[in-house]
Amino acid sequence: MKLKKALLEALDSLLANKLRSGLTMLGIIIGVASVIAMLSIGEGANTQITSEIEGIGTNVLFVSSGGDATNPEPLTMNDAEAIANLDRAPSVSGVAPTIQGNVKISIPGETSNTTVVGVTEEYFTIRNVEVSEGVLINQAHLNTKEAIVILGSTTAENLFGSVENLIGESVRINDQPFTVIGIQKEAGGIGGSDNQVLVPLTTARSRLIRKESPGELDLIYVQAASSEEVDLAIEEVANILRAQHISTLGEDDFEVISTASFLEIASSITTTMTLFLGGIAGVSLMVGGIGIMNIMMVSVIERTREIGLRKALGARNLDILVQFMIESSVMSLFGGLIGIAFGWMISVIVGVVADGYLDPVITMGSIWLAVSFSLGVGMFFGIYPASRAAKLEPVEALRSD
Amino acid sequence: MTEPIVIGKELTKVYQMGEIEVHALRGVSLEIKKGEIVAIMGPSGSGKTTMMNILGALDKPSAGSYFLDGEDVSLMDGNQLADVRNRKVGFVFQQFNLLPRQSALSNVELPLRYGVDHENPRQMAIDALEAVGLGDRIKHKPTELSGGEQQRVAIARAIVNNPVIVMADEPTGNLDTKSGDVVMDILKKLNRDLGTTIIVITHDPEVAEKTQRVINIRDGLLEN
Repeated sequence: MKLKKALLEALDSLLANKLRSGLTMLGIIIGVASVIAMLSIGEGANTQITSEIEGIGTNVLFVSSGGDATNPEPLTMNDAEAIANLDRAPSVSGVAPTIQGNVKISIPGETSNTTVVGVTEEYFTIRNVEVSEGVLINQAHLNTKEAIVILGSTTAENLFGSVENLIGESVRINDQPFTVIGIQKEAGGIGGSDNQVLVPLTTARSRLIRKESPGELDLIYVQAASSEEVDLAIEEVANILRAQHISTLGEDDFEVISTASFLEIASSITTTMTLFLGGIAGVSLMVGGIGIMNIMMVSVIERTREIGLRKALGARNLDILVQFMIESSVMSLFGGLIGIAFGWMISVIVGVVADGYLDPVITMGSIWLAVSFSLGVGMFFGIYPASRAAKLEPVEALRSD
Repeated sequence: MTEPIVIGKELTKVYQMGEIEVHALRGVSLEIKKGEIVAIMGPSGSGKTTMMNILGALDKPSAGSYFLDGEDVSLMDGNQLADVRNRKVGFVFQQFNLLPRQSALSNVELPLRYGVDHENPRQMAIDALEAVGLGDRIKHKPTELSGGEQQRVAIARAIVNNPVIVMADEPTGNLDTKSGDVVMDILKKLNRDLGTTIIVITHDPEVAEKTQRVINIRDGLLEN
């Protein structure tokens, strides 16, 4: 009952100076709005990147040449076959060797640059690639080194201005004719694989991409049998490649990376980014808090006589302290609530502007954080003015004008 | 009705104004009995405001002892003084000191907000306003009331807690003669009907005449 009265009274005295209270709240509103917007953008980026990486497939390992060795041996078809050997790598369920290179692709009147990837059948299952029309590359294509191609949706769009009814069209890749047998379903996302073309690995090797040694590969995709076996599969693949490359003693001349580790890296980057942006926004919330302190100091001085009266009527120091703390807290809490609404609006606008690339997510967690933080700011910055008010001597306060 | 409710013994008050010590009270002893209506009179600078501050438990004496309704006020700390003011003292000020944005009723309820919880503060406030003849103006804000009415609201606020004494500091100082008379009549009526002890601080002999006893103070000492 008393608290309700005190709240109403605080509201009343804030309403007595609407403009002043509004301007003071503006500091908190801006602070909270930017905290909410920044957190939601960070969270949105995180969700986006996570879903893209998960789109690759969570059980996928990327095996490439390189590592810490000074003179790495390239990966070869032999390596790929060794990894595919169930006896040596029981945790591996699929292997997709690939080579890739940059090529010029053209039709009469239109030329575009793209990435060509030479693939085998397994590529489609492991990378989760589907066609929106046409068929996938199969073993028969590989055996006969067929001059066929599956176009990425962006590549098709660049060349034909459309992604439909393109089966049977002829395109030239590095001036050699290829027949379109399929259009890759749009993958979306920022670094997506929509601007690429897929050809049989054997065709790519003999016609498009020249390698120093026969059977050389750029990247081997390996699928672990299950997500629990990812670490095991990494270990098996590494052991096989050490044996293959006779590098058991020295540094590894290859790298095995799982999508899980991509996820870890990506989420640590977005978390850092979110903290950074949120931190900057938090500073503006602090500045808003100092605004509250400032205006509460003015208010205490203006209402010295009222404070004196209340004390004469029996208010203890604590009563006065609570009264002023409630006022600053109410101000910052309302500022916080309005700020949440503004932050929400900002994040919706960002979502519309960055259509498809970023979808800001407002979590309950960030709302709670903003509310409690703004309330905390109001209380913290209200303490000093309120204690000044509480410590006034009744006799002197009553005497002031 | 005859035991003393205010007992001051050798009350002194010294203010430090920079380098100079100001002796506002130089050893004042007085007794005021329950149910009395008393005027403390003196010119400005005589120490009568200091007297009121001490008798009203707003301030503590530098030396001497002060018992209000059997409690030794001179030994209390700030919060204890606040409680004593809340339970035992009602104040009426020359400037009324009403909260301008609140209704008469809310202003009268204000003392009930502090200290112990009250069962029905609203009814207590209404009763107090009726006692000063403002039962029909409880929703009015101070700006909608005349000076005399504002002072009557202040009196209602002073008596709402059923205090043992009411301290009235120049209660008619800001009022015209007629309103002043009404205010004094109300104070006398409260004194007569409720037996409230009333101390009026004034420099106006006409006001002092309306009380039972006049205590004159000059240069921090009582005159007889």
